[in-house]
Amino acid sequence: MPNRFTPIRNLACAVSTAALIAFAPTLSLAAGSVTFGQPVEPAGLDPTVGSAVASGEVTWQNIFEGLVAVDRDGEVVPQLASDWTIADGGLTYTFKLRPDVTFHNGVAFDSATAKFTLERIISDDSTNGQKALYTVIESIDAPDSTTLVLNLSQPSSNLLYWLGFPSAVMIEPSSVESNKSNPIGTGPFKFDEWRKGDRVLMSAYDGYWGEKPSLDAISARFISDPQAQAAAIMSHDIDVFAKFEAPELFAQFEADDSLATHVGVGEMEIVAGMNNTRPPFDDLRVRQALMMAVDRNILVQGVESGFGTPIGSHFSPASPYYVDLTSEYSFDVEKAKALLTEAGYPNGFEFTMKVPTRSYASRSAEILQALFTQIGVTANIESSDFPATWIQDVFKDTNYDMTIVGHAEPLDIGIYARHPYYFNYDNPEFDAVMHDIDAATTPDTRAAGFKKAQEIIGHDVPALFLYSAPKLGVWDAKLTGLWENGPVPSNDMTDVRWTE
Amino acid sequence: MTPALKHMRRAAGYLLILLVTSFLIFVLIEAAPGDPAEIMLGTSAQADTVAALRADLGLDRPMMVRYASWIAGVVTGDLGQSYTYGTPVAELIGDRLAVTVPLTLLATIIAICISLPLGVWAGSRPGAVTDGVATVFSQFGIAVPNFWIGLLLILLFSLSLGWFPAGGFPGWDDGIDKGIMALILPSIALAIPQAAVLTRVTRAAVIEVANEDFVRTARAKGLGRNRALWLHTVPNALLPVVTMLGLQIPFLISGAVLVENVFTLPGIGTLAYQALSQRDLIVIQNVVLMFAIIVIVVNLIVDGLYAILDPRLRTRK
Repeated sequence: MPNRFTPIRNLACAVSTAALIAFAPTLSLAAGSVTFGQPVEPAGLDPTVGSAVASGEVTWQNIFEGLVAVDRDGEVVPQLASDWTIADGGLTYTFKLRPDVTFHNGVAFDSATAKFTLERIISDDSTNGQKALYTVIESIDAPDSTTLVLNLSQPSSNLLYWLGFPSAVMIEPSSVESNKSNPIGTGPFKFDEWRKGDRVLMSAYDGYWGEKPSLDAISARFISDPQAQAAAIMSHDIDVFAKFEAPELFAQFEADDSLATHVGVGEMEIVAGMNNTRPPFDDLRVRQALMMAVDRNILVQGVESGFGTPIGSHFSPASPYYVDLTSEYSFDVEKAKALLTEAGYPNGFEFTMKVPTRSYASRSAEILQALFTQIGVTANIESSDFPATWIQDVFKDTNYDMTIVGHAEPLDIGIYARHPYYFNYDNPEFDAVMHDIDAATTPDTRAAGFKKAQEIIGHDVPALFLYSAPKLGVWDAKLTGLWENGPVPSNDMTDVRWTE
Repeated sequence: MTPALKHMRRAAGYLLILLVTSFLIFVLIEAAPGDPAEIMLGTSAQADTVAALRADLGLDRPMMVRYASWIAGVVTGDLGQSYTYGTPVAELIGDRLAVTVPLTLLATIIAICISLPLGVWAGSRPGAVTDGVATVFSQFGIAVPNFWIGLLLILLFSLSLGWFPAGGFPGWDDGIDKGIMALILPSIALAIPQAAVLTRVTRAAVIEVANEDFVRTARAKGLGRNRALWLHTVPNALLPVVTMLGLQIPFLISGAVLVENVFTLPGIGTLAYQALSQRDLIVIQNVVLMFAIIVIVVNLIVDGLYAILDPRLRTRK
């Protein structure tokens, strides 16, 4: 360390030595407990209220469970429903519920509870952020205590997947008001305490219906600053950081034998959305030219230290339906210039990128800005406070030319068929394909639909498709059973155990 | 004017300041873009869900009604419910003060313990080696941001030496020793910039007072160098130091926002930062109002200290 730091060091040494004499530092690790780190503290612990992302990352599969669940491979598996049948051309779903399930407050789980939970999600005064995914449910019957019947207004091949998502976990009716701060679920861990601003403590639930977890206690700790996250994991103050968001700090973990690192595939696509009704972005050729001006490999290198996968459409490479379209408008400055000239902009143009205050977004913006100058296009960067200002200005008022944001929801290509949505993209052909996917009754037609959907927007370029963000996981080398990929934003601790 | 009437007028003045401040806070936060309901629901939510949540939070009421109900609540001690946490704001702030108050107190004590001896030492012999050390320290402390000092302290004392936790706060229930251990590095990080400013002010004040006639007279009458310094120079040099200490309190609080984030301490600073980014309006309003109250109270205390330090101010009617 350079000499000029000496005054501080001496001072700090003196003070801390004094403190050390007074208080011996205590390092304790209770057997069978795991602390996982989370960048964002949720606004309430009930995933059926508000956005399910941050609350689900703490509670989903740990405290709360659904009728079905999406597993670590992205497949739908039975959970509180042991079995189900789909009849009437996809209009009737009949679930057989497990008879032996209790909530953490001792109340039994049955079809009436399930009916209550789902009706609450689709009700008029629902505050569930994902409500739109379930409104296809027209009515719900509970003919006996272990049978639940959903009647749909139209076939929806995605419904089962969304029922396995954190936003549709089963809720005990009497706990509705208090779940936000004192969640009551059916999962292997029950809620103990929320030290707000710091951590959530959970412990194993003795009355759990399934196989008991190996861990006695788990806790979630909220650390927003990447440097502080790295310090906490390296000092083993926390055991797991499943989704570490500072790739430039990741290499130091790889050199540490006491830590295991996992570069998994996430569900987040980073795209540079354009205002498709505002000139010059209303011209397909302009959008395609901008796409060809982007060298995605340089971008992934510069923004994510090489972690991450270039994409050519709005789909995660982790999905079985993924089609690689990166070669369609691959990096080609000459072609991009020619197309821009054809569109009437031989000397380029100038526009503003409204960039959310997230490091991946501002780094991407700077690289895009440099790449665009090669085809004569000038991009001015304007920073937009995220989420507050960005949601108002870009997302809601669509007062922007171009922006850059990561879309974290899985299987969310349907946003391009949403009207209104911030891209202002409108292609009836695409809307029809999305409708066909929903109505698909066989896996093959569904797969064909997703392929077609990716191709249409891959060609139309309503947003510049940049890359799929990596899920950088780092945890204690003695831990096993964590999810390496992230099909659902979560920290499922059910199968996690210490190996010694 | 009777003293009682004077005090009442003064109190009324402060109340008026608080009322105007509260209104400004409310209007500014209202004017900032970002709707709490939309932020809580995320980007997938549709308009009807947003409307339902706005109604649930009471955000569909007119602005002035919300302001009136907030102020009415504050007067009766009910600060309202946090939008995001769903718990009473008073409880949230109380929990966080249990971290921030000890942190800022510890930082102030450390800052005084460093700056007072260093400043007096430097000022008593301007141009000496000790003066050089003090000047370098205060330049460094003023130039370097506290969060960066915090990161350096973590690197050295937590990651390399393992003496202190790298951040976080175990809570006072787990033992006062653990709580204090968690606060030592952050309070040093917070104290160093304060100590730097105070060292500089103390040094300047000591040099100035040391050249006053009464000090020279005391020395001429045969008082020793050290006795003159401690009995005559230092007590008279304290006035600007106390003024500066009072002025530094708001900076200490704003510094705590950064330091608490670096050390992930669940204090008022992290609460304010998080509430602002999630537009938990009711929490921000109350936290900022509390800051305003703290600044006013600190000013009152500093006024009181003047009277103790300078008897001339006591007799003024």
